[in-house]
Amino acid sequence: MIQVSNLTKRYAGRMAVDDISFTVARGEIVGLLGPNGAGKSTTMRVLSGFMPATSGTVRVAGFDVFHDAEEARRRIGYMPENNPLYPEMRVREYLKFRARLKGLGWRNSRSRVDTVMEQCGLKDVGRRIIGQLSKGYKQRVGLADALVHEPELIILDEPTVGLDPHQIRSVRALIKSLAGKHTVLISTHILPEVEMMCGRVLIMFGGRVLASDTPENLQQRMAGGSQVIAEIAAPEKALREAWDSLPEVTQFNVSACDGKFFRCALTARDGFDLRATVFALAQKNGWELRELTRSRHSLEDVYVQVTKPNQEERE
Amino acid sequence: MSVFLTLLRRELTAFFYSLNGYLIIAAITLLIGESFSTVITNLGTDASPMPVTELFYSTYYFWMIVLLAAPVMTMRLFALEKASGTFETLMTTQIGDVRVVAAKFCGAMIFYLVAWLPLLLCLFIVGHFARQHIGLDAGTVGGMYLGIFLIGCLFISLGCFASAITSSQMAAAMVSFVLGMSFFSLAFLAKALPPGSDLTAVIPYFNLFDQMDSFARGVVDTRVVVFYVSATFFFLFLTLRVVESRRWK
Repeated sequence: MIQVSNLTKRYAGRMAVDDISFTVARGEIVGLLGPNGAGKSTTMRVLSGFMPATSGTVRVAGFDVFHDAEEARRRIGYMPENNPLYPEMRVREYLKFRARLKGLGWRNSRSRVDTVMEQCGLKDVGRRIIGQLSKGYKQRVGLADALVHEPELIILDEPTVGLDPHQIRSVRALIKSLAGKHTVLISTHILPEVEMMCGRVLIMFGGRVLASDTPENLQQRMAGGSQVIAEIAAPEKALREAWDSLPEVTQFNVSACDGKFFRCALTARDGFDLRATVFALAQKNGWELRELTRSRHSLEDVYVQVTKPNQEERE
Repeated sequence: MSVFLTLLRRELTAFFYSLNGYLIIAAITLLIGESFSTVITNLGTDASPMPVTELFYSTYYFWMIVLLAAPVMTMRLFALEKASGTFETLMTTQIGDVRVVAAKFCGAMIFYLVAWLPLLLCLFIVGHFARQHIGLDAGTVGGMYLGIFLIGCLFISLGCFASAITSSQMAAAMVSFVLGMSFFSLAFLAKALPPGSDLTAVIPYFNLFDQMDSFARGVVDTRVVVFYVSATFFFLFLTLRVVESRRWK
């Protein structure tokens, strides 16, 4: 659906997007994740055809967004950052206006507006003035606008920013309901959002795509360096010797806990699950074991790990 | 075409659904009223050989309207869309840049012409109550409105350009006021320059004052019409280039 190859965007003297390539298949929900200033919005602006790339090509459904702009735009529903709307217009009036701009006929635009208003839960506020709506409703109006011409690809730039938890939930549910029928590209810097909604994550930083995989795979990849936490009642010296002698443990850290317990943080050789080994060891030596957990890396760890070296490099 | 009409309708609603729009109309009506009362007072004291339309245009209020109204009307056009971000949603639909510029210009022009309607009423009142022939006929009124229309085209295209180059409405209004003022001042420059130089041969064509004078007498000079129309297209072309500039910046 989307083919980005060697996309570079340079603003006067500053590199915003640096030679990125990725593809998105039809029906996928892909999250573009990264800190502020990573180049997410710029990428989306180029994808939507608002700005051309400095170099590289972007194709949407096979159409170049710059050279076949009209065909590409027909297939893209774009909601820019901060969801800009005309505050003095009424919801229905605005959506009809947008539908007409996007080339829908008079009759067709009417029925499409009805459909998207139903879909986005805007039935009750059709006559309200946009400027007087709550932020959650405004966001839905923006989404309805992106959907009104039945685009194959929907690009949403930070769709849940500034909403309260209830509104975030409803917007997320709405986006999730688009899966399958539409291809969705969302940008965000909120991690749980990506974990919840997206089938695939692209982590962007400093204008580059640093990782691209499913949230599960990214976590799996991190499990290579995963830790096992064990709280064991045993002499500290014996514990240290035991960990030293285990070839699977690459790194460990023993610290005193309450009473006679020691907390051991063990880092295993890649992919190895230490839990059984630790349990067997405790059983053999008759040590009391009260906790044995493998800390699962959240996407947050992935994110921090992936973006960290570069951050330091920059500073 | 229907997309253009949709855009035009949206531009007009932006004028007529806002308080600003009515404030502008009210201010213009006030200034027209002022110039009306000035004309009436003058007519009451001395007889004038000039047609009433010419008297109207020669009051200061007339030029105040022309110079001030256009920047205020046009400052919003592009600057507000850029500041609020709606420019992005607008430009990512299938409509082309040309349509956007044309719709914004036409919307502002229609609003401008509507704002000038009270003048017709003033002229009608003078015509109705005057005992003798005062040179008020289709020719002079038509000529005057043609002049108002052409000057409006020029100043509003200036305003469109000013609004397109910035995202601050304030800056847009300033720039278009300064541009309009410079055009207007060329009339005085023509008088100040020594006769015979090359410049004095060119500048009379920019003399808005004299041009409006002949329009108000019902004289339509093709050269002047061509000048206004081409200047308008020139500034609209510049506006279009600025709007397109995001493509090659």
